[in-house]
Parts: sequence; C-alpha cells; structure tokens
Amino acid sequence: MNHAPIVPIVVPALAAALMLLGRNLPLQRSLGWLSTGLVAASALWMATLADDGWRAVYLAGNWAAPWGIVLVADRLSVLMVAITALLALVALAAAHGDWDARGEHFHPLFQIQLMGLNGAFLTGDVFNLFVFFEVLLIASYGLLVHGDGRDRIAAGVRFVTLNLVGSTLFLFAAGILYGVTGTLNMADLSVRVSTLDDAQSTLVRIGAWLLLAVFCLKAAILPLCFWLPSTYAAAGAPVAALFAVMTKVGVYSIVRVYTMVFGTDAGPLADAAFPWIVVPAAAGYALAMLGALAGGDLRRVTAMLVVASAGFLVIGAALRTEAALAATIYYLPHTTFAAAALFLVADLVGRARGRWGDRLVPGATPARPAVLGLLFLASAAAVAGLPPLGGFIGKAMLLGALLPAGAPAALPGAGWLWAVLLAGGLAALIALARAGIVMFWQGDEVGPGAASARDLLPALLCLGLVAAVAVGAAPLQRYAQAAAADLLQPQPLVDQVLRTVPRPGPHQPEPKSYR
Amino acid sequence: MELLMASGIGVLVGTGVFLLLRPRTFDALLGLTLLSYAVNLFLFSMGRLVAGRAPVVQAGVEGYADPLPQALVLTAIVISFAMTALLAVLALRAHAATGSDDADGGVAPGAAGAADRSAAGAEAGPRRDGPPRGGGEA
Repeated sequence: MNHAPIVPIVVPALAAALMLLGRNLPLQRSLGWLSTGLVAASALWMATLADDGWRAVYLAGNWAAPWGIVLVADRLSVLMVAITALLALVALAAAHGDWDARGEHFHPLFQIQLMGLNGAFLTGDVFNLFVFFEVLLIASYGLLVHGDGRDRIAAGVRFVTLNLVGSTLFLFAAGILYGVTGTLNMADLSVRVSTLDDAQSTLVRIGAWLLLAVFCLKAAILPLCFWLPSTYAAAGAPVAALFAVMTKVGVYSIVRVYTMVFGTDAGPLADAAFPWIVVPAAAGYALAMLGALAGGDLRRVTAMLVVASAGFLVIGAALRTEAALAATIYYLPHTTFAAAALFLVADLVGRARGRWGDRLVPGATPARPAVLGLLFLASAAAVAGLPPLGGFIGKAMLLGALLPAGAPAALPGAGWLWAVLLAGGLAALIALARAGIVMFWQGDEVGPGAASARDLLPALLCLGLVAAVAVGAAPLQRYAQAAAADLLQPQPLVDQVLRTVPRPGPHQPEPKSYR
Repeated sequence: MELLMASGIGVLVGTGVFLLLRPRTFDALLGLTLLSYAVNLFLFSMGRLVAGRAPVVQAGVEGYADPLPQALVLTAIVISFAMTALLAVLALRAHAATGSDDADGGVAPGAAGAADRSAAGAEAGPRRDGPPRGGGEA
C-alpha cells in the first residue's frame, strides 16, 4: 500500500509534538521547515501521480471501509493539499524571524493547523471531517490571537464563539445522518442515501441542510460571512496569508459532500444544495464587492475579496456542469495565492507608511514606492482577475461555462450571473485602484522605514506561485477538468472506497498461494 | 424514555440558543455549554435508546447497544470541553483588555468612549460581578 496519503497528516502532527518537547525557537523553526517541506514534497508527488489518474484509498488502521476511517487521495483532495503546503511554505517564510518570536508556540500551532487542513481535505468520513475541522480551528484560534493585542483578542472571542456554534450544528447533522443511514463514511452514505424512503429522506434532508450551514459558515457564504472581515483584518500578516486557504476548506467540503453524497444519483436528495445555493453565493459575491469598495483599510478590502472569491467558487460548483466545476477548481489555487499575496503586501505597505498603517486615508507614502508599488500592482491585478494572470482565465472559464458552446441556450440565470460577476470584477478593480492611489500617491510625508529584501521575499514567493498558476495554465486546466469529471461521476470512487480490502496483518499470515 | 429524552434535548437547545443570543460572552459561553450537552445527548440517542445491552459482540448475546455513537460522544465531549475552556480564557483576556464583557468586542479607546459604553450597558440590563468600570467618572 502506498502510504503517501497519510504523510501530510502524520508528519505535521509528529513535528508539533516534537516541537513541544524542546521550547527552543531555532529548533522549532528548522523542524517547521522540515515538516512543511516534507508535506509539500509528498503533496506535489501525489499531484503528479493523480495527474496520470492515480487515486488512493488509504485504510487508516487497516480497517475496511464502512467500519474504519478512510483517507481518499484523488485529484481534488491532492490539489488542495498541495495548495495548502505551498501556501504554508510562504506563510512560514513570512513568519520566520520576527513574527514567530512574538509569542510562544507559533510553530506547533502552525503545524497543527497544517495537519487539520490536510486531514480535512483527505478524509473520506463525515465524522473524521468534523474532527479535522476542530483540529484546524483550535490551531487557528491560537494563531489568530498570536502576537496579542486588543483587536485580536476581541476578534478571537467572536471567531471562537461562532465556530463553536458551527461545530454544534455539525454534530447535530452528523447525528441525523448516522441515525437514519447508520453510516458516516461518505462513500457508504452516497449508496444509502439513494435508497431512502420518503420519511427518512426528509430527515436526511434536514441533516444535509445543517451540514450545508456549517460548510457555508466556514466558506463565508452570504448569510454566514460577516465574521470573516474583522477576523482576517485582525490577524497578523503571516497568519492571514495562511487563513486564505481556510475558507477553501468550506468550499472544498461543499464540493465534496454535495457531489459525492448528495450528487445527481441521490434521488430526491439530489437538490440538497445544488443548484439553488448559487443564489446566496452570487448575492454574497456582490455584497462582498460592495464591502471592498467601502473598506477602510487594505486588509479589510482584501478580506472582503476573500469572501467574494468564496462566493465565486461556490457559484461554479453549484452549476454542476463539468466546465463550471473545472473553472472553480482552476480558480481555487489562484485566488488562494493571490489573496495571501495581497495580505502580505498590505502588511509591508502598512509598515512602510508608519503610523498611517494600511488605512486608506491620505498620509504618508512609502519611502521607496517603486518596489512596493510594483508588488502591490501585481497582487492587486491578481486578486482583481486582470488578464495575464490566472484569475482572468478562471473567470473566463466560468463565464464560458454559463454559455456552453454548441448548446441551444445559456443555462437559466446565466444573464444575471454574467452581470454580477462582471460588475463584481469592476468593483474589485476600483476598490484596489483607489487603495493604491491613496496609499502611494496621496500624502505629504514620506513613511519611516524601507522594507529590506528579506521582508519582501515572502510576498515575492507568493506572487511567484500566482505566476506559476498562470504559466502552467494548460496542464492545470486539464487537471481541473479531469478532477471535475471525477467529481461529477463519483461512482468509481465509491466503488473503490467500498472495495478496498485491508492488508493481511501479522496475526493473519499472508496467503501462500501468491508465491 | 423517548419523551423524556426528546424534551430534555429540546429544553437544553432552547435555553442554549436563548443564552447564545444574549450580548454577553459569559452568557454565550453558558449557552454553548448547554448546546454541547444537548448535542451529546442527541448523538447518543441516534444510536437508538436501549438500556442494559452490551456494546461488544459476544457469543450467545442478542441485542446490542450501538457502540459508534458512544465513541462519537466521547470525542465530542473532549472537543467541546477543550473549546469551552479556551473560549473562557479568551473571554477573560478580552475582558481584561477591553474592560467589557460585550460579545461584540471592544470598547472605543479613551475614557469618554468607555463611559458612554458603560452608560449604555447599564440600560441594557444588570451587570454581572466584575471589576468596577469607569471608576474615574465620578
């Protein structure tokens, strides 16, 4: 059995435990780099395998599928792990030096966050998904308030309270699903959900909606998105950059559960989330763009754009066509890296403007505006989805998916979605252009310090990842299309999960007939 | 037993949600605790309510209690316990930093803002015990 699927979970867990043994910052740093590097290497290796059609079902503890917990490494989950690992390398580079010395235990919390994120992406079990959600959340609570400060603590209280409510709802949902179907394995659930009678399917529908509410809370979809801007704006730059992937956990869970368990084969439950969720997603996208126009500082504008990108991603998933889902999957790495880059640049600009910070009021301009200005321009262009970069390609893919080539008519509501997406793109452009004008061109003073090359490195790395998504557009697009096709036809995956047999153990000698 | 269980869970959820909607972190914390009790009972009952049955397969025994919800409840208890403790610590830190137990967070900086806030708070309802606020007002 290939043990690669468990590496992104076990390695950070071990690293975090080892770090707690010695409270030595240089040691913690090198362990952190080692572990994150290993995770990135294994994720990229699995991604190259998955590109050729490899798909692994890992039986944790060697128990067969409906009874034990399975990890599923398919195209989408491996891509998500790779995004997380690459982003974690950037965040670690940003934290190394100053940020991680501001309080204790930054590195163990960081590794646990990594473990929770990877576990949530890889697991094939609903309750295990809950556990990994909790793992990543409890680490994120620690990371959010790292470095202290009144705003962070206040934001932390709200964030923790809200997520505890979310966890409670998740447990109610898991309880209902288990009570009716007798299983929590996603593959097994997808088999049982299609055979329910009317009364049972009403109950399961309630469970599915509760679960959807939890995922929407994590992904920041419209009625449940108001926690995000103040939380992300309060977090430190390296943490905010890592948090850029946290809403994607919600998006991923929506995509995974509502294509696999409540997919088109789910009978009366096939419409549990898709396609109607396109309405709140599009409304959230529009509202977040208005919020970006009104944002008072660059970090808040960026956080609003993170909310908008979650809306965009869910729109693509909800349409349930291969082209639209491929657009979502292609756009996902781009928007994650771009938002992280903008958070890092906002921090750099804020420090360069001294007491004015990143507030959008005329004050000081940075001392060396050319370098920072170019960085800001590049990351703003990436977030707004301007042509040379992947955001443009992703948007074009989604807009194209709404008007399928050769089809007699556009999808219903395509006109509205076109209007919302294009107007939202314009709003993002205006918001970021205004921010750039105010911060770089308006002001009589010159800010205090100039950023050193070392300070610029993480943002440059992150922009390099953004550029890589654009340069590698063709292979990535192919990958996204294949992943979308896999998601829309979950039956082979379901069969593979349920038919994977455990390895013979030491007490149960291997059959001799093989040799 | 079903009626007792169902109404017990209902009462716990109702009081939990009510407390959660109040604007104080202390009340919200209590509400979350009650909600987590409710969800634990709920998970437990999702394995069907049986009494005096073994959860482990044995020869010659018929009728079992479902062991899986018990494992789920155990996990959920540990997690909600840790999370609630963390929230309590954070709420205390927030109280120390802002001088307010308001779930919406901070007090505006400066004594004037704090005085306004405490006046508004006095109208909203009785305060729980805590360090005196706005001591300099008089």
